[in-house]
Amino acid sequence: MSAPERFLERLNARRENDPSWVAARRQAGAARFAAVGFPTRRDEAWKYTDVRAIAEGDFALAADAEFLAERLAACALELDAHRLVLVDGRFNAELSSLDALPAGVSVTPLSQALEANHEQVGGSLGRLAGVDFSAFTALNTAFADEGAVVRLAPGTVVDKPIYVVLISRANEQAVMSHPRVLIEAGARSEATVIEHYAGESGAANFTNVVTEALLERGAIVNHYKLQEAALGDLHVASIHVDQSRDSRFNSFNLNLGGSLVRTDLVTDLNAEGAEAAYYGLFFLQGRQHVDNHTLVNHNAPRTFSNESYKGILDDRSHGVFNGKVYVKKDAQQIEAYQNNANLLLSDRAEIDTKPELVIYADDVKCSHGATTGQLDEEAVYALRTRGIDVAMARGLLTLAFAGEVMEQVKLNEIAERVERAVAGRLPERFNLADLVETAEAVQEA
Amino acid sequence: MASEEMEQLVRREYKQGFVTDIESETVPPGLDESVIAFISQKKGEPEWMLEWRLEAYRQWLKMTPPSWAHLEYPPIDYQAISYFSAPKKPEDRPQSLDEVDPKLLETYEKLGIPLHERAALAGVAVDAVFDSVSVTTTFKEKLAEAGVIFCSISEAIREYPELVRQYLGTVVPRSDNYFAALNSAVFTDGSFVYVPEGVTCPMELSTYFRINAANTGQFERTLIVCDNKAQVSYLEGCTAPQRDENQLHAAVVELVALEEAYIKYSTVQNWYPGDEDGKGGIYNFVTKRGDCRGDRSRISWTQVETGSAITWKYPSCMLRGKESIGEFYSVAVTNGRQQADTGTKMIHIGEGTRSTIVAKGIAAGRSDQAYRGLVKIGPRAKGARNYTQCDSLLIGDQCGAHTFPYQEIGNSSATVEHEATTSKIADDQLFYCRARGIDEEDAVSMIVNGFCKDVFQELPMEFAVEAEALLNVTLEGSVG
Amino acid sequence: MLEVKDLHVTVEGKAILKGLDLTVQPGEVHAIMGPNGAGKSTLSAVIAGKDGYEVTQGSILFEGQDVLEMEIEERARAGLLLGFQYPIEIPGVKNIYLLKAALNAAREARGEGEIPAPEFMKLVREKSAEMQMDPSFLQRAVNEGFSGGEKKRNEILQMLVLQPKLAMLDEIDSGLDIDAMKVVANGVNSLRSADRAILLVTHYQRLLNHIEPDRVHVLVDGRIVKSGDKSLALELEARGYDWVLEESVA
Repeated sequence: MSAPERFLERLNARRENDPSWVAARRQAGAARFAAVGFPTRRDEAWKYTDVRAIAEGDFALAADAEFLAERLAACALELDAHRLVLVDGRFNAELSSLDALPAGVSVTPLSQALEANHEQVGGSLGRLAGVDFSAFTALNTAFADEGAVVRLAPGTVVDKPIYVVLISRANEQAVMSHPRVLIEAGARSEATVIEHYAGESGAANFTNVVTEALLERGAIVNHYKLQEAALGDLHVASIHVDQSRDSRFNSFNLNLGGSLVRTDLVTDLNAEGAEAAYYGLFFLQGRQHVDNHTLVNHNAPRTFSNESYKGILDDRSHGVFNGKVYVKKDAQQIEAYQNNANLLLSDRAEIDTKPELVIYADDVKCSHGATTGQLDEEAVYALRTRGIDVAMARGLLTLAFAGEVMEQVKLNEIAERVERAVAGRLPERFNLADLVETAEAVQEA
Repeated sequence: MASEEMEQLVRREYKQGFVTDIESETVPPGLDESVIAFISQKKGEPEWMLEWRLEAYRQWLKMTPPSWAHLEYPPIDYQAISYFSAPKKPEDRPQSLDEVDPKLLETYEKLGIPLHERAALAGVAVDAVFDSVSVTTTFKEKLAEAGVIFCSISEAIREYPELVRQYLGTVVPRSDNYFAALNSAVFTDGSFVYVPEGVTCPMELSTYFRINAANTGQFERTLIVCDNKAQVSYLEGCTAPQRDENQLHAAVVELVALEEAYIKYSTVQNWYPGDEDGKGGIYNFVTKRGDCRGDRSRISWTQVETGSAITWKYPSCMLRGKESIGEFYSVAVTNGRQQADTGTKMIHIGEGTRSTIVAKGIAAGRSDQAYRGLVKIGPRAKGARNYTQCDSLLIGDQCGAHTFPYQEIGNSSATVEHEATTSKIADDQLFYCRARGIDEEDAVSMIVNGFCKDVFQELPMEFAVEAEALLNVTLEGSVG
Repeated sequence: MLEVKDLHVTVEGKAILKGLDLTVQPGEVHAIMGPNGAGKSTLSAVIAGKDGYEVTQGSILFEGQDVLEMEIEERARAGLLLGFQYPIEIPGVKNIYLLKAALNAAREARGEGEIPAPEFMKLVREKSAEMQMDPSFLQRAVNEGFSGGEKKRNEILQMLVLQPKLAMLDEIDSGLDIDAMKVVANGVNSLRSADRAILLVTHYQRLLNHIEPDRVHVLVDGRIVKSGDKSLALELEARGYDWVLEESVA
């Protein structure tokens, strides 16, 4: 049996109470996946990422969504938020708290949204991420039966973040999940949506998530993807964004966990004044492999994008950054900036970076830069003259390197968590976490 | 920019477009082992060379053309191409300039390359390749005095077989890529240079390539070897007559720099780009690679590319020797319907290796161009450094400019920096110049030349002047 | 406390210091003055251990220890602290990180434990108030986006927190307006104590109106050509440097 067949076989075990259009889509997804199979390194988009660990794996579908509240508290953010919890891809109502949603906002598990009014969901679901985008979106389309549907009525500003926690358990039999997140932001609405991938340290599951976000005129969405899954987890994600006039999408892609992680982030800026900001940080250790592919399509004049990704790579980790800015013909007076900076902490770590520009309009301001290098020796010296030894000076400067992206993070709980995680994982003998805590204490005092 | 003036841009004509009427001896179109045997026999090659070619041909048959470049063109019918064309009576080839067919000299005049004048005044030896066969080589004696070998590759195969055998195909293996394999099978001419240990070549070496006969592809092969502590500067100019059908050019250039050797390779490429509808023009699929084998060796590529309908070209450096240096300076100008996918590869293998890439792209008309580069830092390349600067200038809203820089970095002590910008000529810059009384076209020319300055200053003096003139011709009327 | 003997230093093969002698006792404030290019900044940089300075002859002893054998951070931990003329900006490294890491490093070197967090917080708040710096400065990256005056105040703040035995201040007054200079001078004066020495390197006498030196040295062409009490500074202010040079040649 081929790898695609093996995966699709699991589909037969699913319950069959889908509305007909959903069933048709599943079939289309399955057919597409069966036809293209898993990508190989001969595919340009997968040149640096080998997905055999996924293709050769044996993943069941989770049978339940049980998870202890204490366990959740141990790995989730301490955050005053509207919370939706998925455990191995299945909704856990007890751990979720969606009772205090203000008027004009709905946050619903996908299964319930389909049950309650599947036509309404059907209009948007799959509009941005069809089965053609990649083998993984096809696979997701075939399987997706759970996730989160976030709807904001025009003019709604959500008071608290919408926090989707996706837990991966340490199961005896590895499982796969294909969650689907749909965000529909009405005109001038404003919300922060967090996708937090976390779980038990022994987990070795496969998560294949697709997120679609539709921003109507003037909508503002802050989207966080915080990847803190176990170091054995396999994770493929694609995020698709469609932006109308004057809308703004701020993406924060913060990657600390997972053994193999691939994230595709695609934004279509479809009308004047639309603006996208991408911030990314990946800190890799051991044999972690993280691949970030971003694409901004400037489809209309006077659209703006700004991107900054930073990578810190240690041990034998492997990082990939492929950022593409596409400017359509006649999309004049656009501005697009892109930057990728990387620090290699070990000679056995590798970074492959490719910042691309594809431009068909002449009145544009586009620039990109990619640097890989060392810490500023002048700064190391300055710290040493204050009595700080070389190792710690380097640790501090590495933290500072990450800090330039973290400064953009508006949610303190996330900024502090990532900063602590980076500080705590730095290889130097000094534990910078203590410093970070002191700084936080001084700030709060 | 006024649209009327924009149109003028597309209407410029190819100034080097004329056909020299010299009887050629040409094999019928088509390629098989017998054609290769014919070429080899015509060239009076030894048996091993024929074997080498046939092996390449057999590998080529198993390969497919690359499809990853940002280029669009119909499939090439390799059986419709004639693989050999030589002026009649090759055995009676002129021995000095006086014996050269005046028509040929006239051709060079029209090209703006007064051969003897150039040779005499500037001290440049010219090995002119005119449809596959080396017509004349000047200054050979002076070079011989210095111990420098400069001759056609065919002559080198006959006269210096050991040297050729030692180095041919060691930088660009026969099976390196589709076009390199084809070239290895059918190459008909090109230059061979060997600079012995400790010698600085007493003059700049120059070759003008020109594709003349209809339906003939040009497959020249150039091999330059600089022994320890030797230096050479090599100039290559390319041009071809105007024809309706596309002509294929698939050259291979191999450079070998041994310890502390320095090779500077400059190209001004002005092949026929096709007419305003994209009809005709040269397909320029070239493999150029330099191998910095020795410690502290240096290879520098400088190119000004204004011609060809399609350019597919990535002059590269293999930086093996400790502290060896690779450089790539490029200006690519596309207009009309030209397409260019060009750039470089810097492969850092040795410790302390350094590379610099400065690529300037100017796209006008309905042309499309891409910079594609690879900087690879291997695990043993401690302290390697690369700096890449890659700027595009768009003139008009019908063209495209793209940047695809690959960086593969596997060493924590490496420093790799890449910067790229894409912009148009700023209205306020134009305004400023015009407010000083400079007309718009001159202002654009000034700004574009300024944009390319970093590259032009790497060219040998005469080439720099020619490059600037060429740039102005290519962009003539392109702005308002 | 500090003993510099016959110090010869070259930078990129060029001789800058050519036999400099200087002795500083605890409790003293010394001012090194001299024209531009005399080697003033080289002296403090060599004592702090900056790369690129080659000591070809002579010695530097600090409390009997051979300074030239010590790592940069060891010198700082031993109590030798340099205030930079042009403090570097370190994006992303918060002041508070730097202060705590530096203070704990020094304490550890003295065999003391880490400073308890509440005590540390109290200390830095107190000292920033003294330097008229808003506590929000502590959360900002070291010197990033600071004005010239803020950078200099930040240098002094570090001194106040780290309490060095010998504070070397390189052109600490350059670029300061009179109000900022008073703040900086007050900070330096508060450092004065019987067991601490201060070495001021300055081109102008102006600073010395606010920080009164015990000894003034004139450094010309790599050597100290004249030493005196604070009146020497006034004389230099009135007459310039040329006369000292002539006198020393004569």
